[in-house]
Amino acid sequence: MAMRPYFNRDFGNPSSLHSFGQKAKSALEGSRNVIAGLIGAKSEEIIFTSSATESNNLALKGVAFANRDKGNHIIISAIEHDCVLNTALWLSKQGFEITQIPVGKDGLVDPERIEKSIKKDTILVSVIWGNNEIGTLQPIVEIGRICRKKNVLFHTDAAQAFGKIPIDVVRDNVDLLTASSHKIYGPKGAAFLFVKRGILLTPILHGGGQERNLRSSTENIGSIVGFAIAAEIADERMNSENKKLLMMRDKIINKILRKVPDSYLNGHPTKRISNIANLRFAFVEGESMIMELSAAGIAVSTGSACSSPKLEPSHVLLALGLRPEEIHGSVRISLGRWTTDKEIDYLIEVLPRVVEKLRKISPFAR
Amino acid sequence: MYSEDVIKHFRNPHNMGKIKKPDGIGKVGNIICGDVMWLYIKVGKSASRRKKDEEVIIDVKFETFGCTAAIATSSMITDLAKGKTFEEALKINKQEITESLGGLPPIKVHCSVLASDALVEAIYDYLAKNKRPISKELEERHVHIKREKEIIEERYKEWVGKQEEVVGEK
Repeated sequence: MAMRPYFNRDFGNPSSLHSFGQKAKSALEGSRNVIAGLIGAKSEEIIFTSSATESNNLALKGVAFANRDKGNHIIISAIEHDCVLNTALWLSKQGFEITQIPVGKDGLVDPERIEKSIKKDTILVSVIWGNNEIGTLQPIVEIGRICRKKNVLFHTDAAQAFGKIPIDVVRDNVDLLTASSHKIYGPKGAAFLFVKRGILLTPILHGGGQERNLRSSTENIGSIVGFAIAAEIADERMNSENKKLLMMRDKIINKILRKVPDSYLNGHPTKRISNIANLRFAFVEGESMIMELSAAGIAVSTGSACSSPKLEPSHVLLALGLRPEEIHGSVRISLGRWTTDKEIDYLIEVLPRVVEKLRKISPFAR
Repeated sequence: MYSEDVIKHFRNPHNMGKIKKPDGIGKVGNIICGDVMWLYIKVGKSASRRKKDEEVIIDVKFETFGCTAAIATSSMITDLAKGKTFEEALKINKQEITESLGGLPPIKVHCSVLASDALVEAIYDYLAKNKRPISKELEERHVHIKREKEIIEERYKEWVGKQEEVVGEK
């Protein structure tokens, strides 16, 4: 409802000086203030983009090309989202040197390893705050402190963390931060990149100079307004929602691991986002689990090669030290604001039956 | 994504399980790639007038680790192979399996190849164990399947090795 006026009545372009444009402009700046306030940033430090993918591209490429004279070494973790990973791979083809920091079996980055990997020519460290597949939360504050000490810029992809855990860019030592609207129940097509004042970026999109000349394009006002409202709601409900989801998540993990023999949890047991559980079942394949669960009305996803268009297992699960054959049997269960206790009980009842059924077909189960 | 028949065979697979004391076993696929198919056959004399006293596959069962398509194609090949002479069974190809299932997504067609390979290997196993003559064509297919398997294992070893390099020491 709050978005609708910007699709028809208040259709003005925020760059226009006439009253219609200025109405849109004030909606845009109001949204910017709201979002900046939620993460302890200043309004002018928020750059609106179209997606977390775009924000991450702008962060990595923007820092890389603006700092070419200072160095060409970039550090990322081994469990970044594809949009950071593939941007880094592309940068390596442009002559930048990329170091991927491994994670432990629990999916956590050791900040000390980052400190040791920082060289004289390191210009950027980028570590995903909350992992989208296994849900682990990285020690962002410590990594930020190290980067600050070493005078290296620090970016974090907080697409999964924003709105779910308290973020304060000053306290958390973050220089650049990515967040997106649809991950917090806002409309698709809106995201932002926080860029600390004083940091120079080379823009990806050149044009009319919108968003402090860092992202030329007419702003997607409707989606941005919706994003700001979704962010406010997420912030208000953060504590109560986390409490509820955490209980549901741990109920799933504990009950399933107890009910199903040869089942395991992927990622750290407690340092994780409240709404993601990633479980692994020996002797069965994830895509067939998804199809069985889907027939029962349950939607989950898998890191199995058989469900990926490239037929390759998830790089995140590989980084945990899992073998491809172990990865085939892993499923990610995501909970949301509207997940009910009844649905949790249903999943706990159905999933073990699905695993049992597929194990009967499998030559490896005893 | 999947046809109705694929889902039907996946959810209620035909001839699933082991055969005790099978006459032949075909084991194909690779756990690293995510598809493994074991096919068991029982051979006997046909009772039907048309094939009287000819050797036919009287029973066939499968065990499969894999995706929806791998399980559905396993189920389908057991249906197609049952009651057939070796000569007839060896003619079952990926087109026939795929068409019988109402089509497969392009990325999953290799599952139907795996199913027909499993049958070839089971028949080869029976003939070899019983020191029966093996046609040149069957011998060639057997060698080809074995070589393909080795190539895939080699490739994945290389690929997993590369991944481990990226991930570093643990």
